[in-house]
Amino acid sequence: MVAFLARRLLATIPVLLIVAVLVFLMLRLTPGDPAAILAGDAANTEQIARIRASLGLDQPIVVQFGIWIGNMLSGDLGESFYYKTKVATLIGQRLEPTLALATLTITIAILVAVPLGAIAAWRFGGWFDRSLMGFSVLGFSVPVFVLAYLLIWFVSLKLGLLPVQGYQRLADGFWPFLRHLILPAITLSVIYIALIARITRASVLEALGEDYIRTARAKGLPEARVLVRHALANAAVPIATVIGIGIGLLIGGVVVTESVYAIPGLGRLTVDAVLARDFPTIQGVILFFSVVYVLINLLVDMSYVFLDPRIRY
Amino acid sequence: MNRKILAVVMLAAAGTVFAQDKVLRVVPHSNLAILDPIWTTAYMSRNHGYMIYDTLFGSDEKNQVKPQMVEEWSVSPDKRLWTFKLRKGLEFHDGKPVTSEDVIASLARWGKRDAMGVALFTFVDRMDTPAADTFRIFLRETCGFVLEALGKPSSNVPFIMPKRIADTDAFKQIEEHIGSGPYLFKRDDFKPGDKAVYLRNPKYVPRNEPPSGSTGGKHVYVERVEWNLALRDAQAQVNALVKGEVDIIEQPSFPLIPGLKADPNIVVYTYSPPLQYMARFNHLHKPFDNPKVRQAAMAAFSQLPFLQAQVGVKELYKTCPSMFTCGTPYASSVGSDIQSKSNMKKAQALLKASGYDGTPVVLMKPTDLTAIDKLPDVAAQLMRQAGFKVDLQAMDWQTLVGRRAKKDPPDKGGWNMFLTAWQGPDIWNPIANAALDTRGEQSGWFGWGKDDKIVELRNQFMRETDETKKKKLAEAIQARAFEVATHVPLGEFDAPLAARKNVTGLFRQTGNFYWNLKKN
Amino acid sequence: MQTPDPQQFQALSIEASAVRRQQGVWQRVRRNWSVRIAGAMLSVLVAVALAAPWLGTVDPTLFDPGSRDLYPGKTGEITTLNGEIITHTFRMGSDSLGRDIYSRVLFGTRVSLMVGVLCALLALALGIVCGLASGYLRWLDGILMRFMDGLMAIPAILIAIALVAMWRGSLATVIVAIAIPEIPRVTRLVRSLVLSIREEPYVEAAISLGTPTWKILFGHILPNCIAPLMVQGTFICAFSILVEAILSFLGVGLPPDIPTWGNVMAEGRQQFNDYPHNIFFPGVFLAVTVLSVNILGDGLRDTLDPKMAKRV
Repeated sequence: MVAFLARRLLATIPVLLIVAVLVFLMLRLTPGDPAAILAGDAANTEQIARIRASLGLDQPIVVQFGIWIGNMLSGDLGESFYYKTKVATLIGQRLEPTLALATLTITIAILVAVPLGAIAAWRFGGWFDRSLMGFSVLGFSVPVFVLAYLLIWFVSLKLGLLPVQGYQRLADGFWPFLRHLILPAITLSVIYIALIARITRASVLEALGEDYIRTARAKGLPEARVLVRHALANAAVPIATVIGIGIGLLIGGVVVTESVYAIPGLGRLTVDAVLARDFPTIQGVILFFSVVYVLINLLVDMSYVFLDPRIRY
Repeated sequence: MNRKILAVVMLAAAGTVFAQDKVLRVVPHSNLAILDPIWTTAYMSRNHGYMIYDTLFGSDEKNQVKPQMVEEWSVSPDKRLWTFKLRKGLEFHDGKPVTSEDVIASLARWGKRDAMGVALFTFVDRMDTPAADTFRIFLRETCGFVLEALGKPSSNVPFIMPKRIADTDAFKQIEEHIGSGPYLFKRDDFKPGDKAVYLRNPKYVPRNEPPSGSTGGKHVYVERVEWNLALRDAQAQVNALVKGEVDIIEQPSFPLIPGLKADPNIVVYTYSPPLQYMARFNHLHKPFDNPKVRQAAMAAFSQLPFLQAQVGVKELYKTCPSMFTCGTPYASSVGSDIQSKSNMKKAQALLKASGYDGTPVVLMKPTDLTAIDKLPDVAAQLMRQAGFKVDLQAMDWQTLVGRRAKKDPPDKGGWNMFLTAWQGPDIWNPIANAALDTRGEQSGWFGWGKDDKIVELRNQFMRETDETKKKKLAEAIQARAFEVATHVPLGEFDAPLAARKNVTGLFRQTGNFYWNLKKN
Repeated sequence: MQTPDPQQFQALSIEASAVRRQQGVWQRVRRNWSVRIAGAMLSVLVAVALAAPWLGTVDPTLFDPGSRDLYPGKTGEITTLNGEIITHTFRMGSDSLGRDIYSRVLFGTRVSLMVGVLCALLALALGIVCGLASGYLRWLDGILMRFMDGLMAIPAILIAIALVAMWRGSLATVIVAIAIPEIPRVTRLVRSLVLSIREEPYVEAAISLGTPTWKILFGHILPNCIAPLMVQGTFICAFSILVEAILSFLGVGLPPDIPTWGNVMAEGRQQFNDYPHNIFFPGVFLAVTVLSVNILGDGLRDTLDPKMAKRV
């Protein structure tokens, strides 16, 4: 297990290095001048050139890359061109809302999708199964922002139930925190519910056809127990896998959801940084997301050991 | 006493540090990124400056320069020595008194960055500080805009900072944010892209005069002002205001304003002077290096379609024949016939006569700035009708700002035309109006128009001290600018502010000033 | 030119029978209800896209500030480019510039379908090349797959947003930016298929006959990848249509005067409370299109790739 972990951690290093190179090249080989943006609307050409030099953007690209990688290896993500703040600080400030949103979204998705998927498999081919499958295809197809606007319009404005926007820190009380997050989390969880429900249904369906289920049923175990203890337990590994894969999807959804609900999270930071050509911040955030993605998938791999006793590393 | 108890109860109930009626929650017009109002001309940085810094002079609602930190001043008979005395009791947020040393250091830094500051310092021989509360400016020759420059209400405003901060290289951003203004900046709570927090400065001593523009007594009645920098979606801003989640939206989107006006809990304020739209040519490259082609475009641009498309709400816009903000001293209709009495036929004829060879006009369109994003579509449609070939290129404002600084030909990353909006004080006289800086490639602003006659007239204007003669010079400059078509004014509009009804005392000149506001 | 020998004829006949098997599959596909329904819906959408100019539309970029913010069904005026004023019924209302939403949505169908199909084709083409190379050329496999791992670790939408915002939105950049993050998934699929098909007897036979590598790849291995790739392709297509709308919605997609569903919605976003039709009509078109493509994908998977169908 330890050896496996060490091997996997080592294997992430080249992946992250490639991410770093890709992101750097992607940004530097494209037009857009952060110096001009920083200088303001009435700045003249000479002022812009001085700012460009002060940012180190007048250096050859190889030199810029060398400096950046060197800092990165010493744990320094650099300083934002735009905000004049350490990128690590910016990420730290924006982490809580995004983490809260993502966690609540996944929780809702699992709590809703797993039972639905299991029931659908249990009643395979019935009306419940068919409508769940229909819903899940629909869930993949409705754009997240359309859903967001519909929910805001109906829940917040027509019914007046929840705030229309914003984020409250957990430190300011749990209820205000939750109230502000419910709508965004529901919006974002729809696509996840669709994904997990389908996986659960398929895995449970497969399990239900296995010999040990027939044995369990023959033993006269109650149907619910068969479904939960035997069939569903068997579906844990694919569900964990799909959550790992879906992290990328979730991050994409976070960008849009935060934009509509005015949540000051990492997604907003990314969009703002891209629009301002704030290279250090874009690099830092993308690298951060990639590390998260890699680590979560590592965790998912590790979790197999607990979810399925047959798996050993 | 009762009030105190009430406050304690509310404090306990709300679980926040301040009672709700003491916290003003504001949605500013843009994101606050840079905290140095001398380093950038961005309006958000300027507004941040007004929160925490004070100024030597200010401009009142009638655009008259009035003293602010200055108690009294005098000018020598030859108009070359200016002596200023500071008010008593001025104090920076760190507890140190404001001295004349701080003032000249701040002016020197500003004089390296601001267009008007640079112009002023070409006249300045030296400055000195005969006393802790007195400073003097020695001029090489007479200068007609000393007070206008020091009382300049818009970017870059000569804010007064402590000397140790003002000594920062003018091309590096300051790291400390200490002023002597009505609010303290809460650095710990500043989260870029999320929120900025300002606390009442309990030691601030307001002037006795009533507040007007950026002058007069800056009384603060709220404990805390929070700028919500995360709320950027236009509809979400309005929803939040309607539900009382925020108190003020600095710049609600135009189409949403009628809805806000209909809400009994919300008041929509419009202010003067208005903003002006402008189309700017790049004078360096074909086809707009030819004044006749520029005139043809000017003739095609009647102001109304621009205003209708962009603003739409009738009471918020009006046409204006002047290149200086209408309703301010130098505004006139001199020379504007070519544009105002124009029609498409004339534009077509002018274009034919100009020898235009079909070079496509690269027109830059910002997609993310809802105050100006529709103007380029109108410009494109009108120019096409006049016979131009137009290449409408969409980009975000940040890219546009980067690209307009390039002098390269349009097919090598340059451009031919863009459209923008100016606040009154930035264009209301020939010195401030950057589009009238016609020193060719040396000129400070993008488009690089070249016309020696305007340069000469502007120089005369700078030296002139007589108001009537200044007006005549401004008219002559405008007439010539229309003749050579430096740029095209496209009409004026109000960018109203919307606030909850319980917020009173709102007024505004150039920025939004958050003093004298009460939240009931 | 090689002289034909009996063994090669044998290999060819094995291939022919594979083709015959495929024909049976196509019949099954045609009988599948999901495929039929989705196919019908998509045919209608394609027809709408092609016939857009003749369905009572006007130039979708034309605007008239005098006719702004009209509710669906209202009549107003529009000025054409040569200055002519025409009366027009705004079936789906008008936006805040006075453009006809009906025309924009119908013309937008072209853009969305084009983006979906071209993204899928581009991702498939590049993915196939990388996947074949990786699966067949051992020395390249390691480097290429590490590269793909790196690309996969960056969330797809972030790559697309960054690329489009930096390059400026045009049809080509949007398509490339959306397709790039999809390449690793196709590559992995093709690579795994190559690795398993390579063990099949007829491929081994071809290898031992000294058939050139490219011939084996494109003549023997690729045809067997078609079914799973088609399934993958439909899902990429659906996802691309959604991502294009998201990019436009965030203001980093195609230029706003180009009629796309995302652009119409981004424009309408500012006044959603008062004029929900701005988001409603393009939203419905978008959802129905993506839904149809997804259903088509499900149907194809059920029939073409029964093994995969069981898994998800």
